[in-house]
Amino acid sequence: MTELGTLHAPLQVEFDYTRSLGPTLSGFMTGLKRRQIFGGVLSDGSVAVPPPEYDSKTYDAITELVPVADVGVIQSWAWVPEPVPGQPLDKPFAFAQIVLDGADKPLLHAVAVATAADIQTGMRVRAVWADETVGSITDIRWFEPEGDSPATTPGPEGETVEGIVSPVKLSYDYAASPEESKFFRGLAEGKLIGQRCPVCEKVYVPPRGACPVDGVPTTDEVEVADHGVITTFCIVNVPFAGQQIPIPYVSAYVLLDGADIAFLHLILGIDAADVRMGLRVKAVWKPRDEWGTTIANISHFEPTGEPDADYETYKVHL
Amino acid sequence: MTRDVAIVGYSQRQMKEFDGSPTCVELLVPIFQELWGQTGWTKSDIGFWCSGSSDYLAGRAFSFVSAVDAIGALPPVMESHVEMDAAWALYESWVKIQTGLVDSALVYGFGKSSAGALRRVMSLQMDPYTVTPLWADAVSVAAIQARSGLESGTFDESQMAKVVARSMSDAVSNDSAIRKGATTAEDVLAQPLYADPLRRWDCAPVSDGAAAMIITAADAPGFAKLKGPKAWITGFEHRIEAGALNSRDLKVSESTKSAGAAAGVDGVDLAELHAPFSHQELILKDALGLGDDVRINPSGGALTANPMFTAGLNRIGEAARQVWAGDSQRALAHATSGPALQHNLVLTMEGRS
Repeated sequence: MTELGTLHAPLQVEFDYTRSLGPTLSGFMTGLKRRQIFGGVLSDGSVAVPPPEYDSKTYDAITELVPVADVGVIQSWAWVPEPVPGQPLDKPFAFAQIVLDGADKPLLHAVAVATAADIQTGMRVRAVWADETVGSITDIRWFEPEGDSPATTPGPEGETVEGIVSPVKLSYDYAASPEESKFFRGLAEGKLIGQRCPVCEKVYVPPRGACPVDGVPTTDEVEVADHGVITTFCIVNVPFAGQQIPIPYVSAYVLLDGADIAFLHLILGIDAADVRMGLRVKAVWKPRDEWGTTIANISHFEPTGEPDADYETYKVHL
Repeated sequence: MTRDVAIVGYSQRQMKEFDGSPTCVELLVPIFQELWGQTGWTKSDIGFWCSGSSDYLAGRAFSFVSAVDAIGALPPVMESHVEMDAAWALYESWVKIQTGLVDSALVYGFGKSSAGALRRVMSLQMDPYTVTPLWADAVSVAAIQARSGLESGTFDESQMAKVVARSMSDAVSNDSAIRKGATTAEDVLAQPLYADPLRRWDCAPVSDGAAAMIITAADAPGFAKLKGPKAWITGFEHRIEAGALNSRDLKVSESTKSAGAAAGVDGVDLAELHAPFSHQELILKDALGLGDDVRINPSGGALTANPMFTAGLNRIGEAARQVWAGDSQRALAHATSGPALQHNLVLTMEGRS
């Protein structure tokens, strides 16, 4: 650990999983869309909600779906004092296993009650449906104490639901390693900091926690130059989501003078067709007032105009 | 006919919050160094490397690939990975040794749970169609299981409190434990309920950490030069149940029962059980048929530190330490994976003079 501790930054990871449904779950989701819950008939004749795709005892496919009520009895429950993002309610609630009338195996879902004192095993609850249903388990917003409101009337048969979209959003506090933190702090001062392996004496930029050849901590700090040689490169011609640089452009491995491991950066200031192995390049830094603890302080690399490096001088670094 | 395999090295780190990268390379390097010190081996004595981790934990893509840096993989090594507790990486390694393809293995696991909201991240292991969209978190699922046991009379609150009190008290002598201190069952019951019916102390603390272990066949070329005592594996089995929570009786653990029966639990004098929630220890003890004369979790167990992807391997390592020290003649270690004890592994070991 460094005296300053490691650098941290928030990291959001998001992806919408698009999932196709087999015949069993398609039947279940199609039912939910019209506010009708279906259970699957298991090999022993019992009814499970949601229907499993296969029987866990006989491994037979579950093919028979039967309608069940959207009211039922709480079999077990847990209080959720501090809901996390994405859960059905954003204030304290209960998760419960609910045996719906007509079913034998419980459905896991939320129950909206004000406090843990307002819920108990054996209590009857009813589904609260979303105003707009799409064919998803979240079409049931949550369950609430049954009360005496009228029963839900399922809608007419509609189109078969064949897929669901499951958005996943995760939030992290992302830390750089102590070595990476030194590297980024160096960049904030316009320096490129590497570390030398005490065994093989190779200089790694950026520094790593361990020499991947020897498996020992890379302890000796060294500053390397902001210019070097292109060892290998590729020309990016394919557009992709989030692309910030107009194509075609060149991504290259740059072996900085004094380093033994090349690192990846952008090459500009030269026609992509003229970029070649052995080309000498130098860092083009952004204006100093735009610097932070980031590799983006270097806008890109461009040719120095020096003669190309001899292949023999960098061939072991490919 | 199985090859005789012994546990010959074990080292770990666990902490509340690891101030370092999600690859945990900085933790693994000194752990591996300790293993070389314990065994007198070097990396050239290792035939197979296998790790357990998950990128979901800390949001680092291909963290297990970066973790290979800690090995020093030149010349290249034979390596594998499981997205499970490293106890299953140990199982893969043991099977690999049984096939005769390799003679020894170094197994490691790592995880930085503190980088995210662990109980929320764990909802991604639920059914992706009907449960994950509700973000049913790990604590809620365990609490539903606990209530099933409590309200059916399978176990009671005071038994859960005794598990917590014993674990926290035993952990006092474990430098690596996170939540510890001399505690009585009354102290536990005086705590407010959190995820009713669970108190915070019924739930393992969010923990970061890494661990590694070396196992070897008795006929490995480097066996003779090994330093230190050995714990011989006498049974190694794992069983899994269906993923759907409503497909099984949550009050019992059929998979633990059958894994235990296959591994052979007779004669064990010590058990390290991987129970991240207090009531799960009661379910496991019952499933394994352990008597009251069997010492349970002298390390403090997962209730006092539960680094994801290593807490199961730590149970095996802590049991091995007891065998190495001569404090157990025959020990059992258990690891769990999946929601509410879905998947369970049982390993038995013994000391030999």
